Amino acid sequence: MAKAFSVQRQRGFTAIAIGCFFALYLPIIVLVFYAFNAGESLSSFDGFSLRWFARAFENQQVIDASLRSLQIAAVAATVATIAATMAALATTRTEPYRGLTLKYAFINQPLMIPEIVTAVALLIFFARIKIWTGYSGLGYLIAAHTAFCIPFAYLPIRARLENMDLTLEKAAADLYATPWKAFRYVTLPLLWPGILAGFMLAFVISLDDVVITQFVKSAGQDTLPTYMLGQIRRTITPEMNAISTVFLLLSIGVVTVFFFVNRKRV
Amino acid sequence: MTQPAGPIDAEQSRDIRKRWLLSLPALLIILVAASGPLLIVLLYSFLTPGPYGDVAWRFSLEGWIGVVLEKDIFDDTLSLADAHVSIFLRSAGLSLMTTVLTLLVGFPTAYFIATRPERSRELWLFLITIPFWTNLLIRTFAILEIIRNEGLINTLLIDLGLIGRPMQMLFTDGAILVGMVYVYLPLMVLPLYASMEKLDFRLVEAGYDLYATPFRVLRRIIIPLVKPGIVAGSILVFIPALGAYVTPSILGGGKNLMLGNLIELQFGQGRNWPLGSALSITLMLIVMVALLFYVRNAGSQGARHG
Repeated sequence: MAKAFSVQRQRGFTAIAIGCFFALYLPIIVLVFYAFNAGESLSSFDGFSLRWFARAFENQQVIDASLRSLQIAAVAATVATIAATMAALATTRTEPYRGLTLKYAFINQPLMIPEIVTAVALLIFFARIKIWTGYSGLGYLIAAHTAFCIPFAYLPIRARLENMDLTLEKAAADLYATPWKAFRYVTLPLLWPGILAGFMLAFVISLDDVVITQFVKSAGQDTLPTYMLGQIRRTITPEMNAISTVFLLLSIGVVTVFFFVNRKRV
Repeated sequence: MTQPAGPIDAEQSRDIRKRWLLSLPALLIILVAASGPLLIVLLYSFLTPGPYGDVAWRFSLEGWIGVVLEKDIFDDTLSLADAHVSIFLRSAGLSLMTTVLTLLVGFPTAYFIATRPERSRELWLFLITIPFWTNLLIRTFAILEIIRNEGLINTLLIDLGLIGRPMQMLFTDGAILVGMVYVYLPLMVLPLYASMEKLDFRLVEAGYDLYATPFRVLRRIIIPLVKPGIVAGSILVFIPALGAYVTPSILGGGKNLMLGNLIELQFGQGRNWPLGSALSITLMLIVMVALLFYVRNAGSQGARHG
């Protein structure tokens, strides 16, 4: 590789890249730094303190919104992962059949449409249903989140399936395993890392969503991101930084696990 | 599936039926909570606005006319809706600039990662992936804190005595641009990296053997080879940028609107759901055109980026 180095060199690229990494992380680091500020300011540091974390953890609105976010993400990611696993089994390891392209297009559709358009569509649609049924619970948010989580859960599961050939399942069938048994004891264990990765992506995507939630939620159904969006428009204290820091840690934790689960495959 | 025809056909059609059953839950959920409602938006765009939001069930083209034209309140003559046109232009302009800037920064970054030794490459890639999966709202908020009048940049410049009063950076188009470049940068780097990773450096070497300068190698060899990544990254940045809502509404402060905010306005204070619906469909059509361009240019090569 020592010889290849000079061939790969492009002047200034390394400097831009280092600058890019610096710029990506500087704002986040500043944000986290001021979460520990003893004072009210976001630009002058008056000493280390955990008071804003304490304040956030005592804030009933923050607690409610966080629990609601986690609840929605858990249900939506679980349902989306199950549906996506089934869909992935149905769309991989086969000769092309009629409707296969349509299925791809349909499953990936939530990725293609701008979020704001889906949000508006759901606002209109669910407003009607709310009038007809009188139900205004969390069901709407969960349904919406499940739908846009499906393509994210689907991607890693499909990728994993495509790397598994059918010989093992055929061997199981040769040994008189029922299709269910072959699935349960052969396919599922092999597919598991993909399913886990899909679930984690779906979970993070649901947790992060702002736009669709903002339009679909009824009064008093703030999730953590929509609560934060509302707060940003008012006076900002380091409490927001503290909430963001905890949120960031959660996301980074999930992404790190995802990264390693996914890496084992290669 | 390599067997000859015969009784296999029955088995095959059973297999296909099973595959439809398996995909049914996913398809149904997306139909009910994502795709289906889009048709209702199309329907609503042809109705009359209701007095308190919602719609009245009377056919009307007003929503669509309102996308680019406005009616004079006195004599009902139509003229170009300057406000809407300028929002369209601002959205398109800001999205294009975001795409170009992320490409200018993202290309060297992806190249840098792709030319690292195998082991450290993973780490650099991981560093790009983290912001990619962390909350867009939090990342926008981080930018907000830095460019506020009381933020880090202004405080620093004042302390250094370079400026007397804080520079107004927040609530400008520039702020939206900086914010969008910041939040969408990973979307550019990842597909670029995916195609650079497969770059055959023997071709680059051949270029140098033929006395090409580094710039010429970049322009005539590297860029053509990674074009699918460039197209994929540009589309992945341009589409969400065009429909951006969170970043402009935080950094633009409600005064500097983009298309996403204009749409929201029609469903909020504007109380003009048909106009909002027509604007949504318009946005969707622009995105479709962009996607078509992508499919034409990248073909199946880009399909794996979803």
